Amino acid sequence: MIEVRNLNKEFDGVQVLKGIDATFENGKTSLVIGTSGSGKTVFLKCLLGLIQPEKGDIIYDGQIYNEMSGDEKRDLKKDIGMVFQGSALFDSSTVEENVMFPLKMFTDQSYEEKIERVNFVLDRVNLENANKKFPAELSGGMQKRVAIARAIVMNPKYLFCDEPNSGLDPKTSTVIDNLIQEITKEYNITTIINSHDMNSVMEIGEKIILLKHGVKEWEGTNDEVFKTDNESLVDFVYSSNLFKKVREAQLKQDNSGS
Amino acid sequence: MLKEVFKRPQKGSIFRESIFKEIEDLGINSIGIVAFISFFVGGVVVIQTALNLDNPITPKYLIGYASRESLILEFSPTLISIILAGKVGSYITSSIGTMRVTEQIDALEVMGINSLNYLVLPKIIANVFFYPFVIIISIWLGIFGGWVAGNLTGLVSSADYIMGIRSEFEPFHLVYSMIKTSVFAFVIATIPAYQGFYVKGGAIEVGNASTRAVVWTSIVIIVLNYFLTQMLLGK
Repeated sequence: MIEVRNLNKEFDGVQVLKGIDATFENGKTSLVIGTSGSGKTVFLKCLLGLIQPEKGDIIYDGQIYNEMSGDEKRDLKKDIGMVFQGSALFDSSTVEENVMFPLKMFTDQSYEEKIERVNFVLDRVNLENANKKFPAELSGGMQKRVAIARAIVMNPKYLFCDEPNSGLDPKTSTVIDNLIQEITKEYNITTIINSHDMNSVMEIGEKIILLKHGVKEWEGTNDEVFKTDNESLVDFVYSSNLFKKVREAQLKQDNSGS
Repeated sequence: MLKEVFKRPQKGSIFRESIFKEIEDLGINSIGIVAFISFFVGGVVVIQTALNLDNPITPKYLIGYASRESLILEFSPTLISIILAGKVGSYITSSIGTMRVTEQIDALEVMGINSLNYLVLPKIIANVFFYPFVIIISIWLGIFGGWVAGNLTGLVSSADYIMGIRSEFEPFHLVYSMIKTSVFAFVIATIPAYQGFYVKGGAIEVGNASTRAVVWTSIVIIVLNYFLTQMLLGK
């Protein structure tokens, strides 16, 4: 479980995160949504320790991140998997080398054990016969799957994904969403996803947090998204023409029914 | 930055592997251009020296002697280092800079890897320990190029040239040359690594950082060359 208490971050005098409190539970897929510039990526980078917040605590299973020693932080990071927006694969290494990298770095397994594990996770993300390919030879969806494979190869307790669907077609997005949710359930991982994709919200958002100008505006489940009267969330959700039309149709149906 | 770079590597076997890879990328892959330039510049040095020492009472062996000294003292350690600052420096900045802007360095950090240590220390070690060999090759090929040029042009006989090469050899000049090379090798690895590691933005910023790295590395080499020469050879 990850708890966030009163998280504040500013850049050059501009407050990007303003006192955010949140709890992310094990085995659940939580989505942090919001428009571009709402502070989602800064929030995620603070959780990962890539950005130092000015104020606030991030607590991993009862341990406050900022009070951990360097070794404790390094040990914690072995339990973290991260899927970056642009996949962040090592472009001069093959798929196999990318996925094997954390195993080489942190385990003393033999080559046979490592390759067995690599093949297992690549199989798990439905990526076969791509071991010897370089990232540049793969499609965007395949690169995301390699990134997920690399993120889960060490059996992490926490999985972070920064806009895993950006640049992907709707069908591939759904495949990636389902994959992340399946893995979250299967390994009881605490998964946090940054997204502004409403399909992801509806498909896999067991818990949703809306950020607006660095403030937590709303928190709830995907079932509650369409029942809320929170203006910021309504604005965000119905900025999509598709959802706007669905809502208009629904309202028309409700009116004709009454 | 250097405090993080010189921390103990997280895994010895990966570190050794990285050093050999960097020796290949930064050192062995530079030998071709170094050999080509050294051979021809050695030839040019001999031709120019011979044309300037045209007094009949000046012994011809001085052409070999002067060529050897200029190659050992200045051409190979300094000029080749500036050439390598361009070739290797831009490679280091652009490779690390690209990793920065494509979040590959963030990926390393998230895994709990000290990215400065993982990316930069092998480059420093490969440079500092392998470049002296590259410079020795450069000196040897420069002298050989001079011998070929002297024979082809007839400006100096083979016997005179070899006599000059062998006369009044001062071993400390070679030590001085190797000390300079090692210092320049450290500069060639660190300044471009710094420029690449802290780059912000995209492809254009990586390009700008590469240019900045080459310019600053060359300037620092030239300035250090002056001070090292004063310190090591000055009376």
